[in-house]
Amino acid sequence: MADDLKHTTAEATFLDASEIVLNMGPQHPATHGVLRVILKLDGEKIIGTECVVGYLHRGVEKIGENRTYVQFNPYVDRLDYVASVSNGLGYCEAVEKLLNVTAPPRAQTVRVILTELNRIASHLIWLGTHALDIGAMTPLFYTFNQREDILKIYENYCGARLTTHAFRIGGLQYDLYEGFEQQVKKFCDELPAKVDEYEWLLTTNRIWVARTQGVGILTAEEAIDLGVTGPMLRASGVKWDIRKALPYENYAEFDFDIPTGKNGDTYDRYLVRLEEMRQARRIIQQAVERIPDGPIMAKVPKVVKPPAGEVYHSIEAPKGELGYFIVSDGGLQPYRLRIRPPSFVNLQALDRMVRGSLVADVVAVIGTTDIVLGEVDR
Amino acid sequence: MAEEKKPDPTVPPIAPAKPAAAPPPPKPAAPAAQPWDDELARSVRERFGSAVKDSLTYLGQNCFVVDAASITSICGYLKHEEEFNYLVDVTAVDYPKREKRFELVYILYSFPRNTRVRVKASIAESEPIDSVTPVWQTANWLEREVYDMFGIRFTGHPDLKRILLPDGWQGHPLRKDYSILRQDEQWVQENLHIESGQ
Repeated sequence: MADDLKHTTAEATFLDASEIVLNMGPQHPATHGVLRVILKLDGEKIIGTECVVGYLHRGVEKIGENRTYVQFNPYVDRLDYVASVSNGLGYCEAVEKLLNVTAPPRAQTVRVILTELNRIASHLIWLGTHALDIGAMTPLFYTFNQREDILKIYENYCGARLTTHAFRIGGLQYDLYEGFEQQVKKFCDELPAKVDEYEWLLTTNRIWVARTQGVGILTAEEAIDLGVTGPMLRASGVKWDIRKALPYENYAEFDFDIPTGKNGDTYDRYLVRLEEMRQARRIIQQAVERIPDGPIMAKVPKVVKPPAGEVYHSIEAPKGELGYFIVSDGGLQPYRLRIRPPSFVNLQALDRMVRGSLVADVVAVIGTTDIVLGEVDR
Repeated sequence: MAEEKKPDPTVPPIAPAKPAAAPPPPKPAAPAAQPWDDELARSVRERFGSAVKDSLTYLGQNCFVVDAASITSICGYLKHEEEFNYLVDVTAVDYPKREKRFELVYILYSFPRNTRVRVKASIAESEPIDSVTPVWQTANWLEREVYDMFGIRFTGHPDLKRILLPDGWQGHPLRKDYSILRQDEQWVQENLHIESGQ
């Protein structure tokens, strides 16, 4: 079937008219937000794409220069609004680095638990919406239902489901509520059966395999050259995870594997993310067994005024490497607050992945890139 | 008026003079960037000589300060010889009081060595700088964003145009002289039909 697409221009008949330019978005059910993709087509084959982003640009980096460090914390949740706990973790850690403080062990373990729950929640949304775009409607309901359990945990912990503002500079504000461990353990116990169910629905499904295998291939060299990180890089065969390479919090204490793929296509990325959900559960189970006692907040001055200097700190967000580059001039507000968004850099690879494919593959590839426009545009 | 003068309870009694207190202990010196001198720093300095103005380390993060004119050759060397094959980020910081106003920051990471390094170069206001897209493809959109937000032109960039702001926008918001409340009123009025521009 794929050979039909490889006809050269010499064989083109007059019916293969000149190229069409097709506009996809910004309002489109499958672009996961306000993303505009301009496709240059030859029939249904894609010759070129151009992504137009910026529809959700809110000037968060400029705002960062006009708010104090503590005031900026809630803004960070709104970047990748699907995985807001991770964003908060990266920001708090970056400022803590500038201040040269470390969160106490209890706070670190709780942070790890909440962040890994967030990873599972983000991957559940990804799975549901990605499958929905390709046409499989059922996983969406199952994954969103499972995500409700996680959101209930967040709501019990900090009062918010989506934009949680869970962490503070120096540790946590709220200690664990009674029943936290039980609720988390119950969630972990139920997870394997549910993830197996998603696998049963999709992994050997003929339609799923036909639509995802061989689609959107990104080799390891291309991925590194394009700066792609996260599950996309791991599916291309590069075994790299910031939690293992440059550990932060107390990830070094926990035992987990890094799933990788072989071909770097959409199917491999699907398998990698599913396995990441299982590995995240492993981390949570280990962490919840040994939450140490102690304070939840380090000694941070009431007025956060880091000394002049700059720092770059990044974490393994569910989408990739989320980095914060903060320049401080010794004042109350950051001098420059740069957010290195994984979705923005990963989206650059869309053009490379989609050349020569069909229009239907664009939808699959946008889904597999797992972008969140809040992060792309900031 | 001619009442008995009672001590006013709200006014505290004047305390006897305290002996002169000892001067407060000197505050610990604020952390400052230290010079960085290890194998990587030395090999880059040897290779590029005066183009590398400084090599510093702060909070365990190493950084080179280089001449803007040799940025592509230094980046090419770091990628091909020193194995910094992943460009993490390209960004800029605006220091309007300095003579060379913009400081470009390139954050690099090496998979084989598992280290990060920063390369900083300063340029003046309308000075262009070479694009590093030939070295890492990642730089494409990252440099477009720097152009969009700061107005820095990258020569040799395949497609330098605005990325986050609309194409016709005037002004570069992340510059320090662009107020946080400012917008391109003309663009907003024409395209969004909002009279006041807000």
